[in-house]
Amino acid sequence: MINFLIRRTVFMFVALWAVTLISFFIINLPEGDYVTAYIAQLQATGSMVDAEEADNLRIFYGLDQPLYIQYFKWMREMVLYQNLGFSFEYNMPVTEVISERLLLTMILAIACIIFIWAIAIPFGIISAVKQYSVWDYLFTFLGFVGLAIPDFMIALIAMYLFFVWFDFSPGGLFSPEYVGVPWSWGRGKDLIDHIWIPMVVLGTAGTASLMRITRANLLDELSKPYVITARAKGLSEWRLIMKYPVRLALNPAISLTAYILPYLISGSIIVGVVLSLPTVGPQLVKALVAQDMFLAGGIILLIGFMTVVGTFISDLLLLWVDPRIRLEAGGS
Amino acid sequence: MTLSSLGKIFSKKNLPVESSNDVNSIELATQRQLIWRRFKRHRLGFAASIVVVLFYVIVLFADFLSTAPPVDYAAARGYMPPQGIQLFKDGHFLSVCEVSGARNMESYLMEYEADCDNTQGISLFGKGYDYKLWGIIPTNRHILGMKDETVDPNAWIHLFGTDKQGRDVFSRSMHATRVSLTIGLVGVALSIIFGIFVGAISGYHGGMIDSILQRVIEIIRSIPTIPLYMGLSSAFPEDWTINQIYFMITVIISLFAWTDLARVIRGKFLAMKDEDFVTAARLNGAKTMRIVFIHMLPSFYSHIIAQASLSLPLMIVTETSLSFLGLGLRPPAVSYGVLLKDAQNVQSVANMPWLFLPAILVVLVILALNFMGDGIRDAADPYQEV
Repeated sequence: MINFLIRRTVFMFVALWAVTLISFFIINLPEGDYVTAYIAQLQATGSMVDAEEADNLRIFYGLDQPLYIQYFKWMREMVLYQNLGFSFEYNMPVTEVISERLLLTMILAIACIIFIWAIAIPFGIISAVKQYSVWDYLFTFLGFVGLAIPDFMIALIAMYLFFVWFDFSPGGLFSPEYVGVPWSWGRGKDLIDHIWIPMVVLGTAGTASLMRITRANLLDELSKPYVITARAKGLSEWRLIMKYPVRLALNPAISLTAYILPYLISGSIIVGVVLSLPTVGPQLVKALVAQDMFLAGGIILLIGFMTVVGTFISDLLLLWVDPRIRLEAGGS
Repeated sequence: MTLSSLGKIFSKKNLPVESSNDVNSIELATQRQLIWRRFKRHRLGFAASIVVVLFYVIVLFADFLSTAPPVDYAAARGYMPPQGIQLFKDGHFLSVCEVSGARNMESYLMEYEADCDNTQGISLFGKGYDYKLWGIIPTNRHILGMKDETVDPNAWIHLFGTDKQGRDVFSRSMHATRVSLTIGLVGVALSIIFGIFVGAISGYHGGMIDSILQRVIEIIRSIPTIPLYMGLSSAFPEDWTINQIYFMITVIISLFAWTDLARVIRGKFLAMKDEDFVTAARLNGAKTMRIVFIHMLPSFYSHIIAQASLSLPLMIVTETSLSFLGLGLRPPAVSYGVLLKDAQNVQSVANMPWLFLPAILVVLVILALNFMGDGIRDAADPYQEV
């Protein structure tokens, strides 16, 4: 088990490192360095920058040095000072620009996972226990549809229906009076009032796949001899199902969470744009369109980190829940 | 297999395989026939595959099905609602009413009224704008054209209405289908090549290379892809042509989408590399490339096809999402994402619901591809009942 933990931790750090490489690559993708972009922006607002000052800026950012040295500088700033660079668009350090949005993205992702579990597991159990019933067919059909329709399409359709039926457009995560103010109880409650629409929209696909997997696993378990034994002993049906096969069928639910987390984060970007949520999604789009590359790279880096760490945590959870994995990992 | 069917094999061994009865028997059917038979019994998958075929007919005949060039605009016809075609009126089999619009000076929206006293006849396979079928055959035949050839069909026929600039949404949808569905196909082809390459190396060689490649795949899978795609595609230079962007987008999408395929293929290679027929080929002196491509790969073509048909809708969704965000294909290119960008604003959709029609096409094609992929996967599973 210690072995497994060490291997898993090393893997997480390698993945984190890969994320930094990719983010740095994306920062450096556009033609021309960011000092040029910065100067162009300054000139557009009327202030002049002379060549010497530009050179000073380049030396300050290390742009006169080869790429790998720039990468090390960027990494050092990040690791030592939590500094991801400077957003020219906002005239603020990147970390300040995105901290609240990142928090909200994380809250949304966690809310989604809770939603997915809360809906998918009971419905999956019902469709397995009552196989070929009306409920089974209904859930299976809904699951298929939910899995196939892309997130942003569900968001568009939801917006349209809300607008047509209730004459309001569901956008944002807060009421106007709570936008951009410090956290308070009222603000938290307001968030809960608003978060359910994006949560449902974003969680549909995950719910569908988790439901199908729970159903399939439970069906496998239900035909096993130990279930028949338990039934023969006279255990009540409900108690029997909940106590033994469901416990086994739940493990894939946890391992699937690690698998759907990247999809959730990906989806939250687009759904965030459609529903104009104050998450990192719309900001990433804006930063990319404006070629504010430090901001864009910072966002990509942090959501990459978030996903990799989230996957790691769900693997640990699986280790804790499933003794078989613990034993297997210890044995090998 | 029951004893009687075993007996059947032996008894038929000496008979000429001619009667239709023999071809239908399970024991003599080839692998391909068995898969086809199972697929036909998968009702949902089979129905979905018909829908998919229809969509690819649109891909092949996008220009023929359109009534107007997708980029032809006319501000005076902006936001025109969909328009029905009349049957058997004024001596025409098919005809359309004249629609005239005026701007409402309070809402500043165009309001249209159909005047059915003044109609124009429509002919099937009539003449319209010039185009080249499949880029080769120059023609101007379209499925719908005006009877009076001096009349411009773009001023008369709008099956799905028009968008803000007065472009025909139906024609644009046809062209978008072509672009979006071929991006999916090209992307799938690229990721099949990549997936076979990596999967074969990983599964056939095993050992150190295998574990490194597997870790790389795991890393790629643990990173959210949409932000990466966005980052990469935002770096396209402004002066790139539509074709360059189109090509790069397929490359970017398949850059991360091959992992599923590589995993499936690796698993198959691992399971199969110690089979007798592989050993026999090796002992016969066949080179590694020959063993991999001639001996091993054909035995799981069906799995590759199943996996590929399941990743096709994913690619279409990815392209649609990117273009929808304005980071994929850009106007004047038309794709589903570009069309749906017009439907992004709720107010405009509530007033102009026909802008949402391309969304229905997207949902339809994605559902159909998913159901078809599921059907193929089930049919390719040799442990399924025939």
